[in-house]
Amino acid sequence: MKTPEKQIGAPMDRVDGRLKVTGAATYSAEYELPGITYAVLVGSTITKGRITGIDSKAAERAPGVLAVITHFNSPKVPGFDTAGKDPSQPATVGGPIKIFHDDKIRFNDQPIAIVVADTLERARFAARLVKGQYAPEKHQTNLEASKPQAFLPTSAKKNPKNPMNDYQRGKTDAYKAGAIKLEQDYVIPTEVHHPMELQAITAHWEAPDRLTIYDKTQGTMATRRDFAKEWGLPEENVKVIATFVGGAFGNALHSWPHESAAIMAAKVVNRPVKLMLTREQMFTMVGYRPYTWQKIGMSATADGKITAITHESIGQTSSYEEFTESTLAQTRMMYQSPNLTTRYRLASLDIGSPIWMRGPGEATGAFALESAMDEMAHQLGIDPLEFRLRNYTDTDPENGKPWSTKFLKECYQLGADRIGWNKRQLKPGSVRDGDWQVGYGMGVGTFGAHRGAATVGAQLLPNGTVLLQCATTDIGPGTGTVMTQIAADTLGMDPQKIRFELGNSSFPKAGTQGGSSTVNSVGPATQQACLALKDKLRQLAAVGSAAFASAKKEDIILTDGYLTLASNSTARVPYAELLKQAGGTAVAVEAKPDGAGQKYSMYSFSVHFAEVLVHVLTGEVRVSKLVSCADAGTIINEKTAANQMKGGAVGGIGMALMEHAIIDDRYGRYITKDFADYHVPVNADSPDIQVAFVNQPDPYVNALGTKGIGEIATIGVAPAIANAVFNATGKRVRELPITPDKLV
Amino acid sequence: MNTEPENASPHDDSRRTFLKQSTLLTAMALVPGPVVSAAEAKLDERVAEAIEQVPLSLKVNGKKLKLSVEPRTTLLDLLREQLHLNGTKKGCDYGQCGACTVHVDGQRVNSCLSFAVMHDGKEITTIEGLADGDKLHPMQEAFVKHDGFQCGYCTPGQIMSAVACVREGHAGSEGEIREYMSGNICRCGAYSNIVAAIQDVKKGGQKV
Repeated sequence: MKTPEKQIGAPMDRVDGRLKVTGAATYSAEYELPGITYAVLVGSTITKGRITGIDSKAAERAPGVLAVITHFNSPKVPGFDTAGKDPSQPATVGGPIKIFHDDKIRFNDQPIAIVVADTLERARFAARLVKGQYAPEKHQTNLEASKPQAFLPTSAKKNPKNPMNDYQRGKTDAYKAGAIKLEQDYVIPTEVHHPMELQAITAHWEAPDRLTIYDKTQGTMATRRDFAKEWGLPEENVKVIATFVGGAFGNALHSWPHESAAIMAAKVVNRPVKLMLTREQMFTMVGYRPYTWQKIGMSATADGKITAITHESIGQTSSYEEFTESTLAQTRMMYQSPNLTTRYRLASLDIGSPIWMRGPGEATGAFALESAMDEMAHQLGIDPLEFRLRNYTDTDPENGKPWSTKFLKECYQLGADRIGWNKRQLKPGSVRDGDWQVGYGMGVGTFGAHRGAATVGAQLLPNGTVLLQCATTDIGPGTGTVMTQIAADTLGMDPQKIRFELGNSSFPKAGTQGGSSTVNSVGPATQQACLALKDKLRQLAAVGSAAFASAKKEDIILTDGYLTLASNSTARVPYAELLKQAGGTAVAVEAKPDGAGQKYSMYSFSVHFAEVLVHVLTGEVRVSKLVSCADAGTIINEKTAANQMKGGAVGGIGMALMEHAIIDDRYGRYITKDFADYHVPVNADSPDIQVAFVNQPDPYVNALGTKGIGEIATIGVAPAIANAVFNATGKRVRELPITPDKLV
Repeated sequence: MNTEPENASPHDDSRRTFLKQSTLLTAMALVPGPVVSAAEAKLDERVAEAIEQVPLSLKVNGKKLKLSVEPRTTLLDLLREQLHLNGTKKGCDYGQCGACTVHVDGQRVNSCLSFAVMHDGKEITTIEGLADGDKLHPMQEAFVKHDGFQCGYCTPGQIMSAVACVREGHAGSEGEIREYMSGNICRCGAYSNIVAAIQDVKKGGQKV
């Protein structure tokens, strides 16, 4: 028989594409449940202090209102009850706020009430009638003012091996003694994820002790764990459904107060409750990329060898949770500097907690590091690409381990050719096209090739199709599609006959979709589950056919209606026969990392090249060309992978040129409240982005050779643009975003 | 919501006041006397509910509908919450993101930014009404082929906008497409692929 075409690497259309283009894909606020009700949150109008009273009478009397819940009348939540715990031992890194539990206000717009009504309009109207009275206290929402109080994270204080601790190789702050050196501050403002789908949850208590939530989450199992714990339920009594997630970029990596509020409301009204946040609330209660101050000191020799780097950062966190991210990770391992110092600190502000936003800390850190690299190259009069090559490392300088794979030089070459790097002039401000100054810049990105345990279930169905299931989610990269491709190759089947179901906490377990780890983790589980299924089918076939008894699983072929062998096509067992046998065909296999990370440093790498135009009169910056090249191991689907890279680059354009959430510190509240104030890139801001992959398998991360794409798509883009702006104008902008006022 | 300064003008229960004042004057002739006095005396909130509904005729995806809606209901919320046409998405509720784009009498409109009652007698087409039965509209096919999306949430709005963009004659060049598609935000950043899909349809010359 004809061997099926190889699917891994092919630009297959998405398996859920049809659902997405017809409007049939169902997101978390779109489940039709009988008796559904609508909830709207009321937020605090102060930033810090206590609630002294809540006037909810008018809201309670409004038409259609079923409940107004505040901390005055909220039901007991078992997980909120901390009585009996040692009060002298606060949690290591705090915890999320307990909704409607006490009178404390910790940030502006913190929910003080939830109004439930029979229609959305009525809930929205009634919510506006709820008035809080407060005893305000002095608040602090400005990181610059809080820098003197910055502290080492508790997680680092408690564990000397925690990577948030200070790092040192060679001499401390050795750059200060260098003959050629620089020392600069860099600032990233608060940025907000703003996926197009507003955060939404539909909560349904199917029985007093059984909860189902349709939720926007990147991890069905993590969400299940959080709410089972909150309500004192066994995990199997809580079901989390997230079949489609309308983008997240990190903001659904955490369980948030609005989710707790909706679940509580559903308990109180004893009907399903639907809650969708407003765009304003997306700024205040579901995380953001924290405002981060950084300082880099660097010294080098005249021939372009880095002798020392010191990288310090202070990132914001909330008053009740210590949020940390790997802002300084790239600096420790990217360049061969014999002396290197990093110091990571936090400052607590009276703002809701941050959460990892695409590329997370690495993208923040790369802006400072890759800007500083460009500054030093300029100071030395060396081409920035050449400067990076002179400091290239063939082993990980942080720990001396070999790289599992590193094809960054190949990425440099691919990108330099495509952007036309040879057109770049060493002297800034020397190229002009009419009223526009033209410049070129580059930025490098890296992110750990993380892998966790994952389990995939597989079974043959009577119609001859294979059903795979896993609790993983798909927030947009195309998880179901690439898993179908992996399964098709492993089973030797037409991908049309394979169905990969995800986004349900009842399916075999998987980690959260974050940190570019999904294909690294779920990919090998899919592969192994398919191999196990083949073996299971062989065993079942062997009962009635001797040819299968001695066959290897690699020899097994699944055709339209029967099982056969590649080496012997006369051996045939119809599926109906197999399915008749006791026990069925279902298998579930857990795939775990094999410890290769102990021996090797495993990272994905990327480089981004930008061509920008800067208008001489208005200071407007247009990214006219962007080339992103990645060493991400094996590419499972060229089409979806390239799309993900382009999307990360667009996110980087936002970071570089426009994204800036602004708080009026006098009131502690955001003055950017929607897309009119907080700009994200639109179609006209995006150039045609070219993507190139090295596409070399990594033999150590997993058997597929993947390393991860999501983060490296963004990390390094913002400095590439900032460096290009410098090359165009001679103006160095060290505080993002690069708005026209900083250039004219 | 409710992030206005503390001393900003409070929202009183003006809806009730409105009922007592203007509605009474205008609705007096239409509503039986006892009902009006009941409403005035706040005896029964349910009465308020009855007199706040407005009749509305719409043709949605080719189907004629006789509806009764509150004047404050947006076209978007009517589609999603009452007609269960969830393909039209809510991304901002302020007409800034384009996720809610539908066609009203063939024109692209942000459905969150208009009240349902403003469209009496009009023809609405949503993403659910674009395909011809099982056969996808060429723009839907092109979005799949060019991977013009990732998470899929902005996609219905992008496609409705894209169809209008071609019909309006605004798909003449890459630059023109990018300008005329800039009312539809795609946070996943699939813009290049969206442009490629539109160019493909435009080049194909099929009727859109």
